[in-house]
Amino acid sequence: MTDQPRILYCHCAFAQVIPKDVKQGVLERLGDAGVDFECVPDLCEMSANRDPILQQIAENPNVRIAACYPRAVQGLFVAAGHPLPQPGPEIINMRVLNAEETAAALLRPRDELPAETNVYAEAEPIETANTAGDRT
Amino acid sequence: MIATKSTPRVVLYEGTEAAPLEKALRAELLSKMLERGLPVTIARSENPLFSAANDRHEKRFVLGNFAGRFPQTATNQSDDQTAAEFRDIAGLDVDAVLSLVEELRAGVNDPSNGKRWKPWFPVIDYSRCTNCMQCLSFCLFDVYGATSDGKIQVQNESNCKTDCPACSRVCPEVAIMFPKYKAGPINGDEISTDDVRREAMKVDISALLGGDIYAMLRDRSAKAQSRFSKERDDERALKERQRCLNKLKSTAGDMEIPSEVLASLPSMDQIQSKAEIARQRAQQALAQQAKASENSENK
Repeated sequence: MTDQPRILYCHCAFAQVIPKDVKQGVLERLGDAGVDFECVPDLCEMSANRDPILQQIAENPNVRIAACYPRAVQGLFVAAGHPLPQPGPEIINMRVLNAEETAAALLRPRDELPAETNVYAEAEPIETANTAGDRT
Repeated sequence: MIATKSTPRVVLYEGTEAAPLEKALRAELLSKMLERGLPVTIARSENPLFSAANDRHEKRFVLGNFAGRFPQTATNQSDDQTAAEFRDIAGLDVDAVLSLVEELRAGVNDPSNGKRWKPWFPVIDYSRCTNCMQCLSFCLFDVYGATSDGKIQVQNESNCKTDCPACSRVCPEVAIMFPKYKAGPINGDEISTDDVRREAMKVDISALLGGDIYAMLRDRSAKAQSRFSKERDDERALKERQRCLNKLKSTAGDMEIPSEVLASLPSMDQIQSKAEIARQRAQQALAQQAKASENSENK
């Protein structure tokens, strides 16, 4: 079994902030690469829905996430009550990278250093909105 | 909070027991299923994926070019059998596969129930938030709340007004993000010292207005509506209203409140009442926060 990071791709289905050609290009490249990968329609929607899959992702540090700005992605996991571990998943920003760069970052061997350092917000675990009993 | 369930997942299986999907079919299927709100797993190996291995209760539709011979895993699973349905899509085109998926989806309990809401809501960067409660005081739509120990949190995401980032504009710490916003730092991009200085200036402007932005907006809106009601010609009246709304929008331009939100603001009395309730909730949260802090210091 390989220890190559698993891949999670967010389609950001509700907004035009990630260019369509980037999304399509990334999906095609991942499809052609012969690897396993997970696609979700929209991480924002999953965060608002407190989707249990977010917990599964947060419990697995060996993941690469293709989505948007790392600070926003971190915040979405915190908001869902499942902060990402630190150090944790590498977050690849499709708002600034093109399809080729994104796919290369997702598929590069685990031990190979990223082309560009990804910055993470130090999200402090906090009581979140899914602890309904504690609400005021 | 909206739900706490997963929607059904589609697994496009291309492992050893199925022929690979045609490249164009795979790409189009992926894109279209994601646009329809379905999570999709591409499975080529026996490697356990997040959901496939860990959540036996999540409904999954496993599609592949099985040519009539389903994988061993389809018959070996016991309690998992109820969660996974295998379907052969050999020879089907994109539309036929999508119809099949919709048919399968209709037969299960989908928490989204076919309804989709544009997930526009604030996300707090707790590494920057100082828990000042300005966002809670500012928002008239009860998006924000506080935990029992007085920590700010987003509690009612779906109450947020789509495309309105106004609360992020009143945050003095640039700690409120809207991931789908067009520009940084509100979209989650890194924050520069210029960003911090600019946001602080906006808060100062807000204070100069007496801290009651809504009152100012409502007053201007009322004047605009008054002028509108005096117009007799429908076309002219429509143009006048549009002009007034544009002027109002330009006045509140720094806040970037959409015209629809401005036009739908409640009456002045209701605004004052809501603002007062929000202020009280903020004060209550701050008191709880102080108490919690005192308790932790005494321990």
